[in-house]
Amino acid sequence: MGTDKPKADLLPGTLDMLVLKILTNGHLHGYAIAQLIQQLSDDLLRVEEGSLYPALQRLELNGWIEGDWGLSANNRRARFYKLTADGRKHLHQESARYRQVTGAVARIMGFA
Amino acid sequence: MARRLRRRLRYWLHSSERQRLLWEEMEFHIDAIAQEWIDNGMPPQEARAAARRKFGNMTQQSEQSRETWIARWMSDLLHDLRYSFRGMRRDAGFTAFVIVIAGLGIGASSTVFSVVNALLLRPLPFRDPSHLVWIANQGRGAEEYSLQSGHFVDLRNRNQSFSDLAGWFAFYNPGDSKLTGSGEPERLTSVPVTQNFFDILGVQPIIGRTFVAEECQGRFGVPGAALLSHGLWQRRFASDPAIIGSKLILNDVPVTVVGVLPPTFDFSATFAPASSTDLFVPLALTDELNRRGNTMAAIGRIKPGVTIQAARSEFTALTDQLQKQHPERNFITTLLRPLEEHVSGRVRPALLVLACAVGVVMLIVCANLANLQLARMGARQREMAVRAALGAGRSRLLRQMLTESVALSCGGAILGILLALVGTRALSHLDAFRIPLLSSVRFDATALGFTLLAAFATGVLFGLLPALQAPAIAVQDVLKDAGRGLSGSRRHTWLRNGLVVSEIALACMLLVGAGLLTRSLLRVLEVNLGFRPEKAAALRIDPSSQYSSRDKRNAYFDEMLRRARSVPGVSAAGLTDVLPLGGDRSWGVGVKGVTYAKGQFPEAFVRIVSEGYFEATGIPLRAGRFFTARDTPNNEKVIVINETLARTLWPGQNAIGQVMSQDGGRRVIGIVADVRHHALEDAADSEMYIPMRQTGDYAAVDLVVRTTHSLDGLAPALRAELRAVDPNLPANELRTLQMLVDKAVSPRRFLVMLLAGFAAFALLLASLGIFAVISYSVTQRVQEIGLRMALGASASELQRSIVGQTLKLAGMGLAIGIAASFALAGAIRDLLFGVTANDPMTFIGMAALLLTVAAIAGYFPARRASRIDPMIALRAN
Repeated sequence: MGTDKPKADLLPGTLDMLVLKILTNGHLHGYAIAQLIQQLSDDLLRVEEGSLYPALQRLELNGWIEGDWGLSANNRRARFYKLTADGRKHLHQESARYRQVTGAVARIMGFA
Repeated sequence: MARRLRRRLRYWLHSSERQRLLWEEMEFHIDAIAQEWIDNGMPPQEARAAARRKFGNMTQQSEQSRETWIARWMSDLLHDLRYSFRGMRRDAGFTAFVIVIAGLGIGASSTVFSVVNALLLRPLPFRDPSHLVWIANQGRGAEEYSLQSGHFVDLRNRNQSFSDLAGWFAFYNPGDSKLTGSGEPERLTSVPVTQNFFDILGVQPIIGRTFVAEECQGRFGVPGAALLSHGLWQRRFASDPAIIGSKLILNDVPVTVVGVLPPTFDFSATFAPASSTDLFVPLALTDELNRRGNTMAAIGRIKPGVTIQAARSEFTALTDQLQKQHPERNFITTLLRPLEEHVSGRVRPALLVLACAVGVVMLIVCANLANLQLARMGARQREMAVRAALGAGRSRLLRQMLTESVALSCGGAILGILLALVGTRALSHLDAFRIPLLSSVRFDATALGFTLLAAFATGVLFGLLPALQAPAIAVQDVLKDAGRGLSGSRRHTWLRNGLVVSEIALACMLLVGAGLLTRSLLRVLEVNLGFRPEKAAALRIDPSSQYSSRDKRNAYFDEMLRRARSVPGVSAAGLTDVLPLGGDRSWGVGVKGVTYAKGQFPEAFVRIVSEGYFEATGIPLRAGRFFTARDTPNNEKVIVINETLARTLWPGQNAIGQVMSQDGGRRVIGIVADVRHHALEDAADSEMYIPMRQTGDYAAVDLVVRTTHSLDGLAPALRAELRAVDPNLPANELRTLQMLVDKAVSPRRFLVMLLAGFAAFALLLASLGIFAVISYSVTQRVQEIGLRMALGASASELQRSIVGQTLKLAGMGLAIGIAASFALAGAIRDLLFGVTANDPMTFIGMAALLLTVAAIAGYFPARRASRIDPMIALRAN
């Protein structure tokens, strides 16, 4: 029945923030972004491709990232994304907000 | 925000390109995954397939990505439209029907809107028209008179409320100016206007200039300069700019052309509908003009910030002053009214009726289409149920239905626009209709906007009811009940019947309204005119300037009359200065020897006529005798009066032989019947006839002839005969007296024509609605009917019951409609003539018509029902 969308077990909006954060490392294509998120989280977070591309489109539409065609390591045409100034600002806001929320959750749960 | 919107738009515009790139990007991703697995030792083929599986459905991914840049609703809309068009193609008959019905309705409303727009909404085609004020003289009664030029000049000089006043000679006659010289002689209509007339309206000549002060100081009636209307310039002078400065021969006098007016300036359309104006000459405000009495029509441009009330009170004070200072002048009570109100105020009620009527027509159209759509919904229940089962939400289905109906009504709008284009064109060319600004009716951008709005509203209105019904269908029931597509819920039937009943009620109201106005028109046409217009015609034959003395003119008239009477078939011929239903020149009158207080003497319309005129127009003699050729300047001064004047001056006495104070004493020799001089609806006033040979006081001469033959052959024969006397006789067509009558009733005929058309359309729609509903119910009850027939019900019984069902619906609609008409008929009381607003004849007649039509519409399905073969019907399920 219908389509169940296993949006990564993340808080809403988290994927956008992660993508932006990853892009602070430089120009990356979609596959590399997914790989990096996976690696940096010690394989804990797996980015569903089904969520990644809509997220990239969304971010680009908002003017937070910019895509450009370039050549990959093995000389294939790929689209590389980079963070814009707006995106950097947005990342700061988002991470601050995220810290607040997770802090609040942690306090309630008694983790802190 | 704006940047984001721009980006979104750009993405949307390049969506197919972006789509391709997105796919390429995702392909790269899949390849990268596959490569990784190959590196880990998986066989390439397998790796690729696994990667593709892992990545998931690429189409769906791209759809989802795409959603971020195409607004969801837009793609839904396109999808719905595509779906609608597919449905329309499948259901071509239904589609065509809806488009035709909606198109007719929308076409009618857009046409009426264009008329209302031109006559009531659009500002007059002058500079700052809201500051223009119509200034008339109310005299003592309710009637409007023109102003005496002395009063005009004084008011203009003394008032503080207006930046300026302008005027024109109100007694100009169509065809006053005879143009001779090069080309065929022609009678033109020229309007004498004050020097500032065009400045006050803000009208600039396209070439040349307007009048200068010196040109407005000549002798009365002998203009030195002329401005041409654009139409005349094009028609007669081939748009030759060199015309400026050249001389035309008008009434045998050379007149210099000083300018040409723009095509947008149409004097007649605004101030004298159903006539044409060819040129303008300067009006000299001389003593001679002042002596002629109330002769000027006036307008003023009110100063900014001054209210019309303030101007009114100032004028009241001023006229009191003038009255005291100039007791010798005519009585004056000024009447100030916004020019716009003056121009279109008279037709406003009729237009409002038309606008309401067309609104009712649109409601009927919507009810009809809603009914059809409902019937179609029945057939499409399964489709809807399947879509609902596949996950279409309620709002999604609703939107789909509305998209469909709006798309249909927009299809209708295309037809409607075509109809409105044709309709407005036809209306704007109704030159003979005495309705102001009619020639400026056109389908413009405003009308287009209105049409689109109407189309959208129609679509929503007729789509909404069925659409709201759609999701109410229980999905499971419909799908389970696979055999019978139609479940015909009770609610549905109720709704359909309700729609038909309201259609009938609305149609009934229109029919009653149209009926009342049609009967009024018939009553007006039955009015005793006081003359017999059939088989009589008139031709302008003003004597040219060579007939300088009264004797010469009388000799000319003798010769013209003799020749006219010699034309085969002519039974009578006479002359007049004003044709019936024509001018409204009136003089104060009195009995000789009786002194009347100023402003207390009776008034009568004055006509200057020759012997033979009464016979030619068919005005019957009541007592005494008609004029004869012996009523010349050498014999006793005589006069003929109508019955009303006889009663006014000598109540209860014999008027024959009495003497009136006119021209130092005129003996009454005859009393004739009253003639409707003004409008067919207005009862006759006092009238008097003065023999043409005994006076010089006429501005125009029309020859009226009565023939026993047909009028068609008369014109050439008459012209050939008369040109022997006056070779310069203009070739303008003969006007039949019937044309004068037709022109006088034209506004009423216009209203009745349109309204009757709407009523007929409404009746057709209502009968279609009845037909559709009864047919539908028969279709639904095929089995029941079959069963009844199998059980012995006769065909005629069945027919009776179905026609009875029809009549029950019609009766309900009728009851509501009649009650509503009864309540609303009072609104058109002012437009009626000779019938009361609750005229029982009309109500009964229209009810009978509606019931008959309903019975016929119900009979066809009834007949079909009675022919159902019971065996087939019972086996069907």
